[in-house]
Amino acid sequence: MIKLGAIEKISGPLVVAKDMLGSSMYDVVRVGNLGLVGEIIQLIGEKAVIQVYEDTSGLRPGEEVVSTSDQLSVELGPGLLTKIYDGIQRPLDKIRDKSGDFIARGINVEALDKKRKWKFVKEGSLKSGSKIKEGMTLGFVQETELIKHKILVPKGINGTLESLKEGNFAIVDPIGSVRTEKGKVTLTMMQRRPVRRPAPYTEKFGTDTPLITGMRIIDTFFPVAKGGTAAIPGPFGSGKTVTQQSLAKYADSDIVIYVGCGERGNEMTEVLTEFPELKDPKTKRPLMERTVLIANTSNMPVAAREASIYTGITIAEYFRDMGYDVALMADSTSRWAEAMREISARLEEMPGEEGYPAYLPKRLAEFYERAGRVKALNGDVGSTTVVGAVSPAGGDISEPVSQGTLRVVKTFWALDAALANSRHFPSINWLTSYSLYFDNLADWYTKNVGEEFNAARIKAMSLLQREAELKDIVQLVGADALPDPERMILEVGRILREDFMRQNAYDEMDAYTSLSKQSEMLITMLSFGDQAIEAAKKGVSADKIVKMAVKSKISRMKEIPEAGIKKGAEDLRKEIKEEFAKLLKAEVYEEKE
Amino acid sequence: MKFEIDYKTIDRVAGPLVVVKKVGNAGYNEIVKIRLGNGEIKLGQVLETSDQYAVVQVFGQTGGINIDTTSVSFLGETFKIGVSENMLGRIFDGQGKPRDGNAVVSSEEKKDINGEPINPASRAMPADFIETGISTIDGLITLVRGQKLPIFSSSGMPHNQLAAQVTRQAKVKNSSENFAVVFAGIGITYDDARYFINDFTKTGALKRTVAFINLADDSSIERILTPRLALTTAEYLAYEKGMHVLVILTDMTNYCESLREIASAREEVPGRRGYPGYMYTDLASLYERAGMIKGRKGSITQLDILTMPGDDVTHPIPDLTGYITEGQIYLSRDLHKKDIYPPINPIGSLSRLKNNGIGNGKTREDHGNVADQLYGAYARSQEAKNLSSIVGVDALGDIDKMYLKFGEQFEAKFIRQGNYEERSIERTLEIGWELLSELPEDQLTRIKKDYIAKYYKPKKA
Repeated sequence: MIKLGAIEKISGPLVVAKDMLGSSMYDVVRVGNLGLVGEIIQLIGEKAVIQVYEDTSGLRPGEEVVSTSDQLSVELGPGLLTKIYDGIQRPLDKIRDKSGDFIARGINVEALDKKRKWKFVKEGSLKSGSKIKEGMTLGFVQETELIKHKILVPKGINGTLESLKEGNFAIVDPIGSVRTEKGKVTLTMMQRRPVRRPAPYTEKFGTDTPLITGMRIIDTFFPVAKGGTAAIPGPFGSGKTVTQQSLAKYADSDIVIYVGCGERGNEMTEVLTEFPELKDPKTKRPLMERTVLIANTSNMPVAAREASIYTGITIAEYFRDMGYDVALMADSTSRWAEAMREISARLEEMPGEEGYPAYLPKRLAEFYERAGRVKALNGDVGSTTVVGAVSPAGGDISEPVSQGTLRVVKTFWALDAALANSRHFPSINWLTSYSLYFDNLADWYTKNVGEEFNAARIKAMSLLQREAELKDIVQLVGADALPDPERMILEVGRILREDFMRQNAYDEMDAYTSLSKQSEMLITMLSFGDQAIEAAKKGVSADKIVKMAVKSKISRMKEIPEAGIKKGAEDLRKEIKEEFAKLLKAEVYEEKE
Repeated sequence: MKFEIDYKTIDRVAGPLVVVKKVGNAGYNEIVKIRLGNGEIKLGQVLETSDQYAVVQVFGQTGGINIDTTSVSFLGETFKIGVSENMLGRIFDGQGKPRDGNAVVSSEEKKDINGEPINPASRAMPADFIETGISTIDGLITLVRGQKLPIFSSSGMPHNQLAAQVTRQAKVKNSSENFAVVFAGIGITYDDARYFINDFTKTGALKRTVAFINLADDSSIERILTPRLALTTAEYLAYEKGMHVLVILTDMTNYCESLREIASAREEVPGRRGYPGYMYTDLASLYERAGMIKGRKGSITQLDILTMPGDDVTHPIPDLTGYITEGQIYLSRDLHKKDIYPPINPIGSLSRLKNNGIGNGKTREDHGNVADQLYGAYARSQEAKNLSSIVGVDALGDIDKMYLKFGEQFEAKFIRQGNYEERSIERTLEIGWELLSELPEDQLTRIKKDYIAKYYKPKKA
């Protein structure tokens, strides 16, 4: 915190400082009399180009610049959960305590509470003389009722344990010490990690378990694996945020990191008011107990928006290293890319496509590659799943952010304006979306959901494809021109679309559907479909099938409570069979006459 | 008083920009006074500063500025506006000077027009239903207090009438709280400005209104200031005087064009269609100033009007706006041509905060379901319409014919209403049910059974 330079030039969030020899790339600096936080992003001779994470109004050439000789990093330790941070990990509630309802500049607040005491329980096998290695588990703190926060050996510490105490400590209190080659190192429960560097691990695995979200179209048709990546591109109003929030609420991950990157303030407020009241469907504990929020709304400084994505993924990796399944939602990565573009333009870099910097695809790939299922340094297996929203201009995904994203992610949920306009939510288009995880996950589905499920899923999808083809024909000739069995395909397609894939995120009952209920619903609907097509082939008129009484019950299957679904679905399938039997009998009777 | 140094070192004048040399330490965004040879004074703002020079953007015309006799002084602070409750009933220009011929308002305090971002942790969730008396808005695109909802319009459409009608009729049920209107006319024509002022005067709203008007032939650079002056005044009235403020910003398209003008004068790398790459951030710094704050009484609701160039919703202005605002009211030329007022097309329109403001205790239990069903049915009717234009009405199936009829009825009875017609939310839902009751019960898949039992009244066959 000693090296001194002075401001030479200011242009928006970009400041050029002179006399900066001795500072390094990505060092964090304090700029001007207000001490605004910034980061060095270019070095030219003795000059440094700094992106400032706060509004630069009023800064003057000549004011001092102080280097902290520290890379942009986050503080990690007990107390992270339930917090809401800005893009550079300043807790928003602490900022409010200092500057009121509006965010003032140059505020210095600690990311974690350094006074609060936590009960530390040490790892049983550790004793004085034990070998200590970077990433090893020293013990844990029960941070919330849901989460055991493991205390890991910080980077670069290898040696022999001298002492390790149990008891109540603040995160900066010494809890023990290690003898290393360079001498004695004191251990605390807190560590710092630079945000722009991926955390190390022992081994990366393939994926084998789906992230269960309770959303029927996702779990059944386009799942993302734990440790996988997914992108949600869509125009405004197509439901990106609602989908992201549903994932944050119901996905069966242990930890959720929600990054609101350059989005609306009221959306973050919604998350902040809803999450403490919502209960995790499995554990019935408030959702906040497993959540960390990062909110850098669109009107907050643009450079901090650029950093927010890295802050989020670094915190995600930290929990992953404790052996947890972490899900990170980034809404929206387009705003992140735009922040890069803005900084790049101010640097007068040669622009690539649509003014985005040429390194955009590389940055996107680096970010998504930080997802994965890994064996951490301590031997625990954890995963980071990354779901990124993309906001392409005009909904046209040929633009660089969408394309750069699609090249690296394995699941693609294509949001569709036409579906959103007819209030079909989630407005994920089933014809253009895809998931490349199915091969890896098929065994899991067979084992955990049932033998029939994979086949049912494939069959449903091919019916929907067929329906789309037929609809093209109907556009030209009208529905009446189709033979009855084909009209039945249209009918089943409609049922699958409207009663299975469509789901109301605001309805208590409908917002979450368990996988077994999804399976029962799908199998019942397909069984209706099979019989309908069969009956139509045997001459039962399409109009009669369409008007069957049992159909409204199929439409309302989502209203059957989870507990009674097995029996409910069985009864319904029986009813369907009986009604078809009646229809066929009547048909035979009519023919005889 | 601070000692002002006059610099006579103007190096270059280009478009709205003036480059001053040998300045040394001008503050970024600092306000600049420019004194012309004939004594005329103009204001400007520092856009870029270094230890050698400062780039100044001039508000007003740069005509008359020259290199030898014009001098520049730096005022040491960013642009501020004096605010007070006495501004109500007054009309100002785009720089905040009185435009109505009356005296300057004595201010209670001065505020930086750029404001500071509301801490997301301090925001209160907007949830109070605003009844506008317009069925399409109340029923389908429900507006709530603290929301920012733009009107996506195009040239030649009645967006001004609609905005004036909302201003006249908007109220929150069972509440007699203090309200105010802040109006910012950004590059609008004299006729448009007069329409609003006349309407406000006629209805008595003017005494609750603060208007900032930058006319089409005023300085285009001033357009950068106008909405900020309006929002700063609104914030003062809302958060310090506890008023519920409706802010109307019109026309945001003019604002964005000024942004582009400055960007190109600065020779910046252009983004889409020549608009600067930071336009999203810049627009957000305006739109995000809507909202409510925990523990404070007032609120800011924004109605932003923009005209889509070439009716194109993917144009950068509506596109970026839609990504920031909480929905949009989409005016349709087709409906307008059919002489349907207000020509609000529910398809493409949206209120993201609708679900917070409706339902039991706020509007009515069945509101959400009814809105979903009306949307779905109207979308279906449009599909049928498209189909009929290919194969002819006669070739349609019974169901499609039924929806075709539904669509016509919906436009005639639900969407269409008078410019001075005020419908209660109950009446709006009643019309909704009358229309839905024309459909067979099995089509109402988006409505809960209980509500169907209570409200669905099909005509007896």
